[in-house]
Amino acid sequence: MLRKTFETEIQQLKDEIILLGSLVEQNLLDSVDAMKKRDTAASQRVIALDKQINDKRFALENQVMIVIATQQPMAHDLRLLASIFEVISELERMGDYAKGIGVINVRMGGEDLLKPLVDIPHMAQIAADMLHRALLAFVNEDIETAQRIPAEDDQVDNLYNQVYRELMTYIVADPQNIERANWLLWVAHNLERFADRVTNICERTIFIATGNLLEINSSKDG
Amino acid sequence: METNLNDKIVIENFSLQYVDGTESLRNINLRIPRNAITVIFGPAGGGKSTLLRCLNRLNDPADVKTMNGRILIENENILDPKTDIIRLRRKVGMVFARPVVLPMSIRSNITYGLEVMGEKRRSKLNEAVERSLKQAALWEEVRARLDEPGVALSGGQQQRLCLARSLALEPEIILLDEPTSGLDPISTGKVEASLQELKKTYTIILVPHSVQQAARTADFAAFFLQGELVEFSEGKTLFTAPSDKRTEDYVTGRFG
Repeated sequence: MLRKTFETEIQQLKDEIILLGSLVEQNLLDSVDAMKKRDTAASQRVIALDKQINDKRFALENQVMIVIATQQPMAHDLRLLASIFEVISELERMGDYAKGIGVINVRMGGEDLLKPLVDIPHMAQIAADMLHRALLAFVNEDIETAQRIPAEDDQVDNLYNQVYRELMTYIVADPQNIERANWLLWVAHNLERFADRVTNICERTIFIATGNLLEINSSKDG
Repeated sequence: METNLNDKIVIENFSLQYVDGTESLRNINLRIPRNAITVIFGPAGGGKSTLLRCLNRLNDPADVKTMNGRILIENENILDPKTDIIRLRRKVGMVFARPVVLPMSIRSNITYGLEVMGEKRRSKLNEAVERSLKQAALWEEVRARLDEPGVALSGGQQQRLCLARSLALEPEIILLDEPTSGLDPISTGKVEASLQELKKTYTIILVPHSVQQAARTADFAAFFLQGELVEFSEGKTLFTAPSDKRTEDYVTGRFG
């Protein structure tokens, strides 16, 4: 009977994590989309939604603590709950990257972009997709998927390097471009960091299933 | 089996069957380290208390059908028929689930065992009373009323009095069979805290009353299931990442 209560509570927590993750995912895509469309009102909505993400993270943290206090979990269950702490804090930080992109667009105001956004939306798409699958793997404790996803981070890193080089050529060509190039550099940086954090979620999935806390390196840093 | 200096008790290929076939132990191999708390836990009927009782030969030979293997305490096989049981029980003290306080004063509860063994010197007896009550974390609470009856103490104090009574005989090993099962969390905390102190001097074997207590107290933990030793490892490993599925299922409450 107690076990059943516990299972129900865990399922609720998992549902909430998926919900929190989808908010973060959508907010990231929206932040880049708003920038692409030069829509500062949409960026304001991205910034406002981050507050909701933060609140939800704290509510979830509280829920996890209640489960720990009342169910006194051991072994796999303990690893799962400890990992949920870690994952929701990753999600909150990932939400901050989306908000950061929103803030950049608001600061840019109506100013034209240095160049049309091509690689940056692509980076956002890959990063959001990685997060989506990593969270499903987390709640389903699917180790195989969790082990595969971090390698995809290389695509994001490659795009980041490409964006970086391209923006540098703009700066070299005309130092007047520094300000506008710098804005975009920060956007690309946020996306690169966002994808890195997906790897941390995958590490936790493996930890829950095996008890081993291993750092997964994507092929390039490995 | 190779002897390790750190092993206080070495159980080798030990099996036991009761006459009525109710409970048994099957081929147990276990090394219990000195100066540590070793927790023996598992579902009821798994053989925990049987094993504990074998360690100071409390099992009534009439109930036991067969018994094989060896239990070595400091290289001496205590199952040997020539074992001096009185001496063994002095070396291996035991505290039970329900405190058995003798109908006498707090002081006499502690000195009784020593007096039976012929100790008459007042100074030695007083010394033992203070030392063992301090070790059992009861001294401060009872020092002013040592001549009051032991039964006047609260349940938690009675249990610590029984612990002090075992300690008065200066055993080397202390066996505790669910010593806090009837106690409130505060008294339980005090008993557990005194065990942490006592392990510096003694070898402690505890059958806990809950998995949580096992996890809190175990330096080493042995999981018993239906007469079989399923897993033995350091407590911090066993309760965070057990290696056997059956241990995992039990500590996470998936049994039954």
